[in-house]
Amino acid sequence: MIRFENVGVRYGSGDEILKDLSFAIKPGSFQFLTGPSGAGKTSLLRLLFLSLKPTRGNIRIFGEDAATLTNVELPAVRRRIGIVFQDFRLLDHLTLYENVALPLRVRGKDERGYRKDVVDLLKWVGLSDRIDAHPSVLSGGEQQRAAVARALIDQPELLLADEPTGNLDPTLARRLLRLFIELNRNGTSVVIATHDLNLMDQYDARRLVLNEGRMQIYD
Amino acid sequence: MTEPIPTHYARSQKAAAEPPKPDPTMRDREPQSIVPRESVAGSALTTVIAIMTFLASLTLGAVSLVNDTAQGWQNEIAREITIQVRPIADVDIAGAVASAQQIARSFAGIVSAEPVDDSATKALLEPWLGAGLSLDELPVPRLITIEIDAANPPNLEELKDKLASSVPGASLDDHRAWLDRLTTMATTTILVGLMIFVLMMAATILTVVFATRGAMAGNQHVIEVLHFVGAEQTYIAGEFQRHFLLLGLKGALAGGGLALIGFFIVGFWAGNNIADPASGQVSALFGTFSVGLSGYLGTGLLIFVIALLTALTSRYTVIRHVDALDGTKAVA
Repeated sequence: MIRFENVGVRYGSGDEILKDLSFAIKPGSFQFLTGPSGAGKTSLLRLLFLSLKPTRGNIRIFGEDAATLTNVELPAVRRRIGIVFQDFRLLDHLTLYENVALPLRVRGKDERGYRKDVVDLLKWVGLSDRIDAHPSVLSGGEQQRAAVARALIDQPELLLADEPTGNLDPTLARRLLRLFIELNRNGTSVVIATHDLNLMDQYDARRLVLNEGRMQIYD
Repeated sequence: MTEPIPTHYARSQKAAAEPPKPDPTMRDREPQSIVPRESVAGSALTTVIAIMTFLASLTLGAVSLVNDTAQGWQNEIAREITIQVRPIADVDIAGAVASAQQIARSFAGIVSAEPVDDSATKALLEPWLGAGLSLDELPVPRLITIEIDAANPPNLEELKDKLASSVPGASLDDHRAWLDRLTTMATTTILVGLMIFVLMMAATILTVVFATRGAMAGNQHVIEVLHFVGAEQTYIAGEFQRHFLLLGLKGALAGGGLALIGFFIVGFWAGNNIADPASGQVSALFGTFSVGLSGYLGTGLLIFVIALLTALTSRYTVIRHVDALDGTKAVA
């Protein structure tokens, strides 16, 4: 699905913050991406989401060389990936329903065609009673689940989540993890960036550990 | 969150057929604009556009008025010329005037040639020489005022030669010296007006562009979210362009409309107070003091251009921002 070969990343003229990364994300796989703060987890997620270009090395994504993708081709690739941002990035002027439906709306799909899917998904993440609420009146946990729902609505082949439990209490964090596991069982590859050891201890999955820019993999 | 995963995105399962149930969550919803409608930056942008359009429209109206007036001055003065017949000893001046009039009338492009009669000549001289003047006792030249067809003017050089050779003491005054000065003054006035208008337009364009970019700065998170959920650049640019076109049109219509109403009121007032001594002075200089068709059409065009400028600035800003998001390289 995604393959990194000797990928390095440097900001400006500073030292490389990611060095010689070589690994693959396989279809249907589940992995935690972890490491201390500043280890480069968010930069690696940005590489996976094609919002950052590597300084060196090669990235192949869904069979394509990422370096050869044009700006016109990028949206089509990105639509196969769902991303949950650490700060949710919900649009405050839209309701929860509209936020979750946004990926479908920007693809020009008919609202009546996806209405049931959006409502079902919001019910599934436990937000059925908040469908018409605006994000500004939701708790951090509710916003987090709405962000997850938005990432999942178009059935992505790969889900990337950046510190998805960072704003949640342990109970909610466990529930969210179960959601990701269930999603993975249904065929979606999952990469969760976290430094929450308790969360990782709850599920036996592959761990990609970043430390000082280098990666160690524990299958 | 304990419910089974919704069937639509269970990639490995087939959706189970379920009978439809009435559900309030499935009601129709009015779709909200993807770009936030109400914002302080948006209102401020509309206000700025309205003010700048108003000022630019006033400048355009003033330039149009000065231009029309200056053209009018030139046309008025160029429409009339004068034949002067100087009294010469042993020459019948009345006969000379009649000959000169006859020659003038024989030229194509001359609408009328009328001598200034004795009573009118006396009236002209009365302020200097007093009443009871006898023109026979003084060597006062006689005048023939000639109205020419501005669209098909006569050959003045030929007329001048013919008069000189046929009528003793006759000469043609085509007001060339006066007209040249007036043309220079009118051209200078128009150029100054145009320069002021160009400066005003430059200020308007810069203000609108920077105000639009300022308003767009508050929407960068919207652009980023749309980009990251897979929206194409043209889709995002189209959404913002449509929104900012409406903002620009709203502001430009308010400012330009106010200026148009102002032009109309001033024109109406000037037209209805023409008999008043003060407005008489104004109308002597500026005619009816009304902005012509070019002023009204120019203001309409200005409204359209400013709204378009706002929309295109927002489009350009979106495209640049999305390019920056896509083209982010780790190396600066």
